Amino acid sequence: MLKLDKCTIANGDFLLNADFEIETGARVAVIGPSGAGKSTLLETIAGFRDLKAGQIYWNGKDLTTLPPGKRPLAMLFQDGNLFPHLTAAQNIALGLRPNGRLSTDEMEMVRSALQRVDLLDMGARKPAELSGGQQSRVALARILVQRREVLLLDEPFAALGPALKAEMLDLVADLVAETKTTLLMVSHDPQDALRITRQTVLVADQIAQAPVATAQLFENPPPSLRDYLG
Amino acid sequence: MVERTQPINPWPGISAATLVAALILGTLVTVALRAETSGGFAPSDWAALRFTLVQATLSAVFSAVLAIPVARALARRRFRGRRLLITLLGAPFILPVIVAILGLLQVFGRSGWISDVLSIFGLPPVQIYGLHGVVLAHVFFNLPLATRLILQGWQEIPAERFRLAAQLGCNGMAMFRLIELPMLRRVLPGVLAVVFAICLTSFAVALTLGGGPRATTIELAIYQAFTYDFNLGRAALLSALQLALTAAAALAALKFSRGDSFGAGLNRAIRRWDGGTPLLDAIWIIAAATFLLLPLASVAISGVIGLFELPSLVFRAAVTSILVAAASTAILLLLAVPMAVSVATGRHNIVELCGILGLAASPLVIGTGLFILIRPVANPTAVALPVTALVNAVMALPFALRILVPAARDTVERHGRLALSLNMSSRTFFIRVMVLRLRPQIGFAAGLAAALSMGDLGVIALFADAQIATLPLQIYRLMGAYQMQAAAGGALLLLLLSMGVFWILDRGGRWHAEA
Repeated sequence: MLKLDKCTIANGDFLLNADFEIETGARVAVIGPSGAGKSTLLETIAGFRDLKAGQIYWNGKDLTTLPPGKRPLAMLFQDGNLFPHLTAAQNIALGLRPNGRLSTDEMEMVRSALQRVDLLDMGARKPAELSGGQQSRVALARILVQRREVLLLDEPFAALGPALKAEMLDLVADLVAETKTTLLMVSHDPQDALRITRQTVLVADQIAQAPVATAQLFENPPPSLRDYLG
Repeated sequence: MVERTQPINPWPGISAATLVAALILGTLVTVALRAETSGGFAPSDWAALRFTLVQATLSAVFSAVLAIPVARALARRRFRGRRLLITLLGAPFILPVIVAILGLLQVFGRSGWISDVLSIFGLPPVQIYGLHGVVLAHVFFNLPLATRLILQGWQEIPAERFRLAAQLGCNGMAMFRLIELPMLRRVLPGVLAVVFAICLTSFAVALTLGGGPRATTIELAIYQAFTYDFNLGRAALLSALQLALTAAAALAALKFSRGDSFGAGLNRAIRRWDGGTPLLDAIWIIAAATFLLLPLASVAISGVIGLFELPSLVFRAAVTSILVAAASTAILLLLAVPMAVSVATGRHNIVELCGILGLAASPLVIGTGLFILIRPVANPTAVALPVTALVNAVMALPFALRILVPAARDTVERHGRLALSLNMSSRTFFIRVMVLRLRPQIGFAAGLAAALSMGDLGVIALFADAQIATLPLQIYRLMGAYQMQAAAGGALLLLLLSMGVFWILDRGGRWHAEA
């Protein structure tokens, strides 16, 4: 269970309060107007921003002061998810061993991760030699070998076309189901949220609200969400 | 702004910066302590100060004023070889001073081309030694720099302004007053300050074309106090004076000059509708190109003959120079790369400040300080080459940082978060990400450092005895002995080595580098 305990996030003059829990294995969308603090919320959970007040727990363990790499979660950013000077396989290998060489077993794990995302022949290519969709698959393959318990997505597929984005989201849904990972996903498109998440956190008016059932939320949206949806 | 953690260990950079600061400030203190024991300024010292200021002022004014029409012509004309010419304008930065001086002597000297032409008409030969020779050489080196800086100002004027002015019917003088004059007012103070600061510390030019009581710079006076009188107290006093001057000038140059003079984007010719006279522009471009290329062509032509009968001394000096340049480049990279990475975290401004110190330091002052420090424990001539390599590296450091820091910042910005979320150690980030991403900039900085060190004729002259010589020093000695053929051959060899080493390192850095 991911618990945000009376958290206050400050970014300059901007403030965001969050006080809720997310069940282990849940799939949660984070939705709200642009500038409301969706990315800020995820970056704080990931450890890239310090909390002004409050604590973050994962299964009872206090994460608040841990550096990003020591937290039991993986994150995909809007861009810059791969190192452009490393091959696809090398990028995936960083998820297993960020600071050293791989053992034979680990190389096999990289291979099977490539296979899982249908890129078995592409391991030696560098990101520039891959299409946008293939780059996203490589990033997901790395998430797969990282085996973190929580996955945070900050709109990593925003630059892809609608069909490709849907394909990636389905792949994410499959992967988190296979690995029983808890998913938090920023989105500005209700269709994305409905597609793979069951619950939604609404971020608006300086508050990140507790998750509610996604379908229910969109059937009967509160005023702030109604304004946003138009 | 909330401070984010970064996958960087700033301490190697801070240590490097501390070393640099200790070297520059330590030698300074050493010199200052010595200076107190001497008897104050002599009349010749005031003459040196006056000459230094006069020649630097004249050099700055001539370089800037002549650069305006050249830059304007380059900004509004498109022709074959324009790119090449603009690239060549960057070359004097790494051109060995002694090579240029030899070329200038062959063109403007007593028995040079111009004097030959004059003698046909029964006119006396021109004189190059003295104030006007020093200024001529400084304009040769700084006209291209001034042109590049002013050209950059021209390129930064939005094309829409010219379009609007053209639509309003402005032409010629009106266009100049409306758009170009304000730009020049903004850019010229920086250009003047930079050229002035560069000319203040001029040593090799004053050594070869100046000299005598009426044409001695402070830098040269330090050298003379050292080598002729061996008066360390006086050398120290002059060093203190030089330091005050260079620090003030460097501060002024930093204040007035903006941004990167290494920047790309000078290849674009702005579309203009005011016509102007193509002939006048062509004359300016051809005149500037001739002024810059003729001396080099002269060295190349005369050097080819000399190249085949070079004394073995010259080859030995060339090997020495290559070793010094290699050591200097290695020292530079060991200092500059960690420092750039520290600066890139944005929290260690003091590191950046230490890098800039090199701009204010004069090589001969550092040399004097090191000489005073080393003499009680060892024979200074025995460490002439390591000291030269070290001082050259420190002098190249400000330029290297200017090349490396923006790219290092960009790398932290783009890849820092990912590295952190992967739990990558700062060591791994440095080796597997930072160094690989910075490779083109590291190659460029290394090329500059190697070429600068290869062509440097400065601190080596303080320390070397008759047994040791770098190639520039050997050429200077050959010129002093009127062995002009051998000197020209050596100069061509030096030119090829400097440009070659720059080309190889710069290319090597960009080889197969991904965007």
